[in-house]
Amino acid sequence: MEQLVWKTGGWFALATLAFLAALAAADFGFAVHMGIVCAAALAVAVLTMRHADYEAITRGLLKMPASQDKYDDDPIRWGVIATVFWGLAGFLAGLYIALQLAFPALNLGIEYTSFGRLRPLHTSAVIFAFGGNALIATSFYVVQRTCRARLAFPALARFVFWGYQLFIVLAATGYLLGITEGREYAEPEWYVDLWLTIVWVAYLVVFGGTILRRSEPHIYVANWFYLSFILTIAMLHIVNNLSMPVSWLGSKSYSAFAGVQDALTQWWYGHNAVGFFLTAGFLAMMYYFVPKQAERPVYSYRLSIIHFWSLIFLYIWAGPHHLHYTALPDWAQTLGMVFSVMLWMPSWGGMINGLMTLNGAWDRIRTDPIIRMMVMALAFYGMSTFEGPMMSVKAVNSLSHYTDWTIGHVHSGALGWNGLITFACLYYLTPRLWKRERLYSLRLVNWHFWLATVGIVLYAASMWVAGIMQGLMWREYGSDGYLVYAFSEVVSAMFPMYLIRAAGGLMYLSGAIIMAWNIGRTIAGSPLREEKPMNDAAYDAAADRPLVNQPA
Amino acid sequence: MADEKRIDPATGTQIKHHEWDGIQELDTPLPRWWLWTFYATILFAIGYTIAYPAWPMIDRATGGMLGWSSRGALDKELAARERQIAPIRKAIADTPITALPGHPELMQQAIEGGRAAFRVHCVQCHGSGAAGSKGYPNLNDDDWLWGGDLATIEKTITDGIRNPNHDATRQSLMPAFGKDQLLTAAQVDDVVAHVRTISGQDRPSAASRRGDKVFADNCAVCHGPAGKGNRELGAPNLTDAIWLYGGDAGTIHETVWNSRHGVMPRWDDKLDKATIRMLATYVHSLGGGEASPPAAVATGR
Repeated sequence: MEQLVWKTGGWFALATLAFLAALAAADFGFAVHMGIVCAAALAVAVLTMRHADYEAITRGLLKMPASQDKYDDDPIRWGVIATVFWGLAGFLAGLYIALQLAFPALNLGIEYTSFGRLRPLHTSAVIFAFGGNALIATSFYVVQRTCRARLAFPALARFVFWGYQLFIVLAATGYLLGITEGREYAEPEWYVDLWLTIVWVAYLVVFGGTILRRSEPHIYVANWFYLSFILTIAMLHIVNNLSMPVSWLGSKSYSAFAGVQDALTQWWYGHNAVGFFLTAGFLAMMYYFVPKQAERPVYSYRLSIIHFWSLIFLYIWAGPHHLHYTALPDWAQTLGMVFSVMLWMPSWGGMINGLMTLNGAWDRIRTDPIIRMMVMALAFYGMSTFEGPMMSVKAVNSLSHYTDWTIGHVHSGALGWNGLITFACLYYLTPRLWKRERLYSLRLVNWHFWLATVGIVLYAASMWVAGIMQGLMWREYGSDGYLVYAFSEVVSAMFPMYLIRAAGGLMYLSGAIIMAWNIGRTIAGSPLREEKPMNDAAYDAAADRPLVNQPA
Repeated sequence: MADEKRIDPATGTQIKHHEWDGIQELDTPLPRWWLWTFYATILFAIGYTIAYPAWPMIDRATGGMLGWSSRGALDKELAARERQIAPIRKAIADTPITALPGHPELMQQAIEGGRAAFRVHCVQCHGSGAAGSKGYPNLNDDDWLWGGDLATIEKTITDGIRNPNHDATRQSLMPAFGKDQLLTAAQVDDVVAHVRTISGQDRPSAASRRGDKVFADNCAVCHGPAGKGNRELGAPNLTDAIWLYGGDAGTIHETVWNSRHGVMPRWDDKLDKATIRMLATYVHSLGGGEASPPAAVATGR
C-alpha cells in the first residue's frame, strides 16, 4: 500500500511539474507538449491509483492470451498492434504529401498541413514509429527465444514500449506545431531527445540484460545485429543532438556544432540511421524470421560473421557521401565515397544469407505468401544496397544528388526491404502471439504481397525516371553554352511522374489496409476465412517455451 | 553429439553444432565471387584514395597523385567557359542595343544569352513562356505599357518600374479614386461602364454615358481622351482586349477604386550590362518587338 502511495504521488508530482511547465512555457508548442506529458502522467497516476489489474483488462480487450508461464510476450503483442497502426498512419501521410507535390492546393493554405510540416511527420512515422515499433517488438520476441530466457526487466520493458509511444506522439505533434531542429530524421527538439535517450537506455538494459540471462552458450547472429543497432543508435542520437536550449521552458535549441561540422555530424547520424536502424536492425529480423518461416538452416555461419563485422565497421564512415560537392573538404568526400563502395559486398552478405537459406525450400516461394514476401524484401534489399554505393560514386552523384532519384532509392529500400520484411514478421508473429491456428487468411497475404510489390515498382520506377530526367534537364546546355531549361520547366515536367508515384503509394497503402484487416481478424479469433488453401510454416506451441532449469 | 558430423541432406553441407530455437546454421564457405568482389572494391578504394585527396594528416590531407580538387575542377570549367563567352559579352556590351540588329550573328548570340538569363531571373513573375499572369505583363504580345523597341525595353529592365529609392526608375501613380474619395461610388460605377464600352465589351448605356464625362475629367489626362493609353506614363491602352489585371467589371472596379502599383525591380544592381542587353534582345524577339525610332538608330541610342 505504501509503495502504491509513493508511486501514485510520483506520477502526480510529474503531472504537476509538466502542468507548471506548460503554464510558464516560452512558446505555444512547448506548452502543448507539456500538456501532453501532463495528460500522460495523469493517466498513469490514475491507473496506478485504481490499482486495477489493467494488464488483464487490456489482455481481454486485445484478446491476448495470458502468458505467465512461458515468454513475456505482452509488450510484443502491443508492439504488433502499434506497428500496424503507425504503419497505416505513416503510409497515409506519405500518400498525402505525394499528392501535395502533384497538387499544391492540398497544402490547404494553413501551416499545420503544409508539406514542410507533414514531410517529417511521414518520415518519422514510417521510420521511427512503424519501423521502431517493429524493431522493439521483434527484438523482444527474438531475444527471448534465441536466449531461452524471459525478458530481464519486465516493468522496464513496458516502460520502453509506452515511453517510445510518448516519444512518437511528442515528435509528431511537434512537427505539426512547427517545432523542429531542422535536422533530417532528427527533427525533435532537445527535451524530446532527452526523453528518447532515457527510453533508449532502458531498451538497452532490457535487451542486454536478457542476453546476459541467456541459457544458450552462444549469442545468435540476430542478437548481434539487434545489439549493434541499439548501441549505435544510442551513440548517434546523443552526439547528433548535442544542443543548448534557448530557455529551459521553451522548445527552441541550438546545435553544439556549426557550419560544415554540423552538416557532417548530421549526415554521419543520418546515414547511420539508415545503416543501423533500417539495415542492421532489420537484418536481425531477417536472421530469425526467414529461417523460421522457411524451416531451413541459415546458409552460412561464416558469411554471417564476416558480413556482420565488415558491415558495421564500414558503414560508420560512409556518411560524407551525402555531402558530395559541398563545402565539405574533398578528402572527407573521397573517404565517404570509397567506404560506401566497399560497403557493397558486406551489405549483400545479408541478402545472400537470407536468400540462400531457402536452398532446399525454393518451392515455398510458390506456395507460401509469407516466404514470397521475405524473398521480395531481400531482393529489394539487394537492389538498394547496390544502388546506394553506386549513387555514392561522385560522378553518379553529380547527376543524382538533389533529384527525386534519391527519393526513389530511399523508397525501394524502405517500402521494399523494411516494409515487406516487417509485414512478413507481423504475419509470422500474430498467430503465434495470440495462439491462433494460423492467420485469418493467407490469400489476403498474397493480395497484400502483389499490391505492395506493384506499388513499389510504380513508385521506384517513376522516381528513377523523374530523378534522372530532372538531373539531365538541370545540366543540359545548348550549343551556345547556355542552360536550356528553367527550374520551373523541370518542375512541370515531373508532374506525370508524381501522379504515378502517388498511384504506387495508394497501392502500398491499400495493401497495408488489407494487412490490418487480416491481422485484426486473426487477433479477434474469427473463424478462418474460407478460401483455397495456401501453405504456411508449421507451428508447434509446445516447443515454444524456455528451457527452464537448464544450466548454460 | 559434438564430435559427429551432421550433414544437411538438402544441400549436402555440414551443419554447425549449435542451435537456437530450432534455427541451425550451415558451415557453407564464403562464396568465392562475393569474396573476390569484396577484395576488388577494397583495391579500388585504395587506388582511389591514392589518386584523389583522401587521408587526413596533421595539418592537411593527402592531395592525391592526380592533383585534383573540386574547387580546382570548377575553376577550370568556369575559366574555359569564360574564355568562350568573354569576347561575345564584350562585343555585346560595346555595341549600342539599337545597332545590334545590324550584326545578325551578335544579335543571335545576345538573344540566346537572354533566353538563358530570362529562365533564371524573369520566369518567377513573367512565367517560363513569358506569357505573364495577373499583374505581370505578357511579353509575347505587341501591347506594351512603356514601349516595345529595344532601347526602351533595355531601359525598363535596367531601372525597373516603381523600384523604391531609385530615381531613374520608371514612375507613375494612378490615384486610388474610390478609396481616397476622389470620385463617388456612383461615379466609379459610371466610369467602369465607360471603360467596358470603349473596350468593346458592353454596349453604351446610361451609366457609360455618364461615365464619359468622369473619364474625360479624371482619366483622360493619362489614358488619353480616347483611352488609347500613354507610354510616357506607362498608362495602359484601355480599348484593346489585353488586360494586366482583368477586364471584367469587378476587376476594373477594383483597379479604379484602389489603384494598382505593380513593381518590377531594377536589374542594373544585380546583372551586368551585357546580360541586361541580352535580356532586352530576347524579350524583343518574343514576337511583339517594335522597330527602333530612326533617330535612335542614327545616334546609337
